[in-house]
Amino acid sequence: MTTVTERAGPAAAELMIDASGVTKRYGDVLALDGLDLQVPRGSVLGVLGPNGAGKTTAVRVLTTLLEPDAGSVTVAGIDVRTYPGRVREVIGLSGQYAAVDEYLTGYENLDTIGRLYHLGRRRSQRRARALLERFVLTDAADRPVKTYSGGMRRRVDLAGALVAEPQVLFLDEPTTGLDPRSRAGMWDVIRELVDAGTTVLLTTQYLEEADRLADDIVVIDRGRTIAHGTADELKRQVGGDRVELVVASAADIPAARDALGRVSPGDVTAEDDGRRLSAAVDAGGVRVLDAALRRPTLEDVFMALTGHGAQTGTDTVDAAALVGVGGPAREMSL
Amino acid sequence: MTAVGLALADGSAVARRNLTKITRLPELLVGTLVTPIMMVVMFAYVFGGAVAMSATSYREFLVAGIFTQTVVFGSVVTGAGVAEDMRNGAIDRFRSLPMARSAVLTGRTASDVVYNALSITVMALAGLAVGWGVRTSALEAAAGFGLLLLFAYAFSWVMAYVGLLVPSPEVLSNAAFIVIFPLTFVANMFVRGEDLPGRCGCSRSGTRCRR
Repeated sequence: MTTVTERAGPAAAELMIDASGVTKRYGDVLALDGLDLQVPRGSVLGVLGPNGAGKTTAVRVLTTLLEPDAGSVTVAGIDVRTYPGRVREVIGLSGQYAAVDEYLTGYENLDTIGRLYHLGRRRSQRRARALLERFVLTDAADRPVKTYSGGMRRRVDLAGALVAEPQVLFLDEPTTGLDPRSRAGMWDVIRELVDAGTTVLLTTQYLEEADRLADDIVVIDRGRTIAHGTADELKRQVGGDRVELVVASAADIPAARDALGRVSPGDVTAEDDGRRLSAAVDAGGVRVLDAALRRPTLEDVFMALTGHGAQTGTDTVDAAALVGVGGPAREMSL
Repeated sequence: MTAVGLALADGSAVARRNLTKITRLPELLVGTLVTPIMMVVMFAYVFGGAVAMSATSYREFLVAGIFTQTVVFGSVVTGAGVAEDMRNGAIDRFRSLPMARSAVLTGRTASDVVYNALSITVMALAGLAVGWGVRTSALEAAAGFGLLLLFAYAFSWVMAYVGLLVPSPEVLSNAAFIVIFPLTFVANMFVRGEDLPGRCGCSRSGTRCRR
């Protein structure tokens, strides 16, 4: 994970995305309310927020699909409003709903995009084959996308965004609706792209995803940035480390409270469900990384059982990773 | 390449994509090709006898109308295609590419010319089977078909525009049907203008009003 030093010097590193004071209104709804985003070359910005926070609107403004009402936006140093055509030559966009043609094959989808990037027939065809191979879709290359799984569709869609080797890649909720295994696969692919030097802006509802992929995270709500920092910084902002105990029966609460009180300098809080206690940790300057009773997560169970190509069971996992308007009591789980 | 050259290349890339899609959807193709045959047969043999023209000349009269009706209904395919692209994010993908903005619509309407040409061919064959025929010179016949294709092309643009406005292809199909279906009946397609009742007969230009 990248540290504060890289983030602290936007002047030092070239900004591949620089948006300031961006406002966009739809009728009475203020979708973006003075949003600022800065992404240095070669880094990953995670834009985190609940549904309706303005994530997709922000991506649409940055990718020239929507004109902002106010504010300035440059991508790769090019002003989005003045030269939208030049911006489109250096970006790739993979949307929330995989924008692939169901009735075309994976190969035809990519070839069409290559033609529209004006690669020419030969180069476009070669590029399409190469991308299909890279995304492990060679076997399915000549089947209509209609027959693909959700994860395969997303991979074709992402491959479409990479046809012209973009400098800046926009990924709008790239793993929403995918099962854990496909999600992990997408993460690997994105990680590789970043290692190869691509600048990425990624929106997500999942804290875990931002945690894994992003150097830097902004949390937005109602079109405004409400927090900004690395994953660790954000976690600290939420109120420092706490230890949480869940006991089997409400009758055990007094004894547990007593035990927890001895290790915590602060108050021990009981949660509403009557079986959960939490208290601040202060181990005298020692940074506690973790203290937990570890059991396999549902995701571990799922991955171990299915091994490959799992289709269901994502919702329970996702719910835990959802980030809302979390107060200090709410743990941001890893 | 010049800007115009690029726009044409982009338009043909989009057209090629649309045509490939049509070949993958034989159900759609069959439906659109069978409907005109059905209309020719139904009107020629069911209503043919009840119309105040001889059965043979009514069939001749009818086939021209069915040609027109079919290409007008064919434009619904254009509009529905545009609406579908809007809904599933394809237009967003296109708009994020450095392609000519116009290509989404020029490509769409161009692929539908191919589509319309195909359905006109099928109809002409059906027409020949029920007694319709070309009675003029080949040049005049070609001009007639050319005009028909041009009319179809113009209508494709109208429906492409409507496709940009509606939320889904289903809405477009239903709305188009409500407008087009009665229009084809009050036009002098199935029934000659002179034979339409009162106001209907007077409402169209080129038809002499009987009082």
